[in-house]
Amino acid sequence: MMKRILVGARGKSFGLIVPLIAIAFGFLAGGLIMLVSGNNPILGYAALFQGVFGDMYYFGETLRMMTPLILSGLAVAFAFRTGLLNIGVEGQLIVGWLAAVVVGIYVDGPMAFVLAIAAGAVAGGLWGFVPGFLKARYEVHEVIVTIMMNYIALHVSNHFIRNYLLASGQRTEFVNQSASISSPFLESLTDFSRLHWGFAIAIGACVVMWFILWKTNKGYELRAVGYNKNASSYAGMNVKTNIVLSMVISGGFAGVGGAMEGLGTYGYAQILSGFTNLGFDGIAVALLGASTSVGIFLAAFLFGGLKIGASNMQSAAGVAPELVEIVIALIIFFVASSYLIRWILGRLQQNKEEK
Amino acid sequence: MDILQILYTIIPAALIAATPLIFTALGGLFSERSGVVNIGLEGLMVIGAFSGILATLWFESMGLGYASPWIALLVAMLCGALFSLFHAVASITLRADQIVSGVALNFLAVGLAVFTVREIFDRGQTDYISARIFRTNVPFLSDIPIIGPMFFSRVYATTYIAIILAVVVWYVVFKTPFGLRLRSVGEHPMAADTMGIKVNRMRYIAVMLSGAFAGVGGAVFAITTSANFAGNTIVGQGFMALAALIFGKWHPFGALGAAIFFGLAQALSLTGQQIPALSQVPQVYLLIAPYVLTILALAGFVGKAHPPNAIGKPYEKGSR
Repeated sequence: MMKRILVGARGKSFGLIVPLIAIAFGFLAGGLIMLVSGNNPILGYAALFQGVFGDMYYFGETLRMMTPLILSGLAVAFAFRTGLLNIGVEGQLIVGWLAAVVVGIYVDGPMAFVLAIAAGAVAGGLWGFVPGFLKARYEVHEVIVTIMMNYIALHVSNHFIRNYLLASGQRTEFVNQSASISSPFLESLTDFSRLHWGFAIAIGACVVMWFILWKTNKGYELRAVGYNKNASSYAGMNVKTNIVLSMVISGGFAGVGGAMEGLGTYGYAQILSGFTNLGFDGIAVALLGASTSVGIFLAAFLFGGLKIGASNMQSAAGVAPELVEIVIALIIFFVASSYLIRWILGRLQQNKEEK
Repeated sequence: MDILQILYTIIPAALIAATPLIFTALGGLFSERSGVVNIGLEGLMVIGAFSGILATLWFESMGLGYASPWIALLVAMLCGALFSLFHAVASITLRADQIVSGVALNFLAVGLAVFTVREIFDRGQTDYISARIFRTNVPFLSDIPIIGPMFFSRVYATTYIAIILAVVVWYVVFKTPFGLRLRSVGEHPMAADTMGIKVNRMRYIAVMLSGAFAGVGGAVFAITTSANFAGNTIVGQGFMALAALIFGKWHPFGALGAAIFFGLAQALSLTGQQIPALSQVPQVYLLIAPYVLTILALAGFVGKAHPPNAIGKPYEKGSR
């Protein structure tokens, strides 16, 4: 079922048309909600658009926002390809964030950021290992385990910050300069937004995922397991190892996403009162991007832009920023229900042929 | 503090924390027994809490006084059922992936609720309700020594409703023709279809029931515990209810027991500092206990749990 949605059932054209129509429907519904709630949808969307492209600062912030979204999208997509749904990206991202910051605080020296990012990847990978192992060994559904792991990550990381790392108020110390990936150059280029080198790392991660999945034997195996477990097993592949590996790599991507926030955007980790939602947005990004590297990049741009533009929508047009959450949720609904869109398209095509 | 006093503090607190979980888990039971995964319970609770608070405020302003929260519970039930239609239409009729649809439902619920609150109140949270459901002593029973103060003093009536409801749900699911049909649709939809049971209609009913129950669950939490609504009123209770359902092996009494147990863990993490034996235990262990236990239960360390057979699969007529 999932594969059919993601790959597009009949030919490539549907694969691209479905997400575009889903986006259009999502925006249309958002416009209707603005209309019903007494706002002007044209002004609202104009303000949103202005909030993304109107200013180099906002554009830089949009690219900054894209960085963790790309990585969490890649994480969800990578597991998807092996037929797994990783709802635990949120938790993997949180532990990756914390681990990267811890290394960033205690390790100094040239290339310390490499070590810090690696720590994030390892922590996220470990958090992905648990559901992967339980799935492979005990056939426990990964969705429930990953949801539970999210809460465990949230409470455990808060516990560590509160008891061992607290510097001022709700956060840890700042990471060392050598571990930071913030970039004065990129900042000055974008009118002093918080854009950092993580953006380049995220693009690199897109290439890495594409390379692993399509250019290596292991990637072929992972995809094969996703298409058909039994056939893969019959062909001599070790399905269980592949499931664990896929979850570990997926968690690794998520952990790096958290490291980007810890080392780039903020420079510290903080006590979280709730989820960051970056991981959950990754599900939306992966779905809309059809689990391809390019698609994820574009989808992350859309959702990153929506999130940054939302604040301008509130200040300039008086529309509550949560409208953007509604639009994102509806886009997921329409992508997931692509059966409806396909059915409508099929009908239209039929009518054309009859004429 | 002696042991009885500890129990007098902890047990009522646990029961109160468990109440929304019981309602919601029982709702989830209908949906999942019919073969529709409902990750959206969290979002349905959000809608319940949101509509419950708004309705209470509204009925209060109409001068209904202490009847307001009770009528508001009915409103929340209705809103939950209606909102669950999103999940039903997407996952049953449009054959969307049920998990993705549930995740989208959670997003949509928080978005819609907070958006509306901002439009009405110009800030991220509602006013506080003044007509709450208050704690009461149960006449006669609260006078029983030891048990009385533990189970029948200073409790919310909603807790008893939740527990009685578990019995009702058990009866409906296991002793009535409706329950038989519900379970058959979840175990083997094609066989059920052959017997003339309308699979999709059963599933629609089941999902809407889960919405109604989760709506009440969310509203009970909002009305008894938080007394207003904001984006962070419901954080994880829906997922904990889902965990209770799984930990309880998709059985009403199992879910009831698991919900009370999770309620106990919550109560301990809040009041643990006052208890000498527990004050040394870091709070984090109690906070993560429900989640860790659920994972252990799923892994079979607490006895194997079998989900309904056809769970997660949309039913297409004529397919096999």
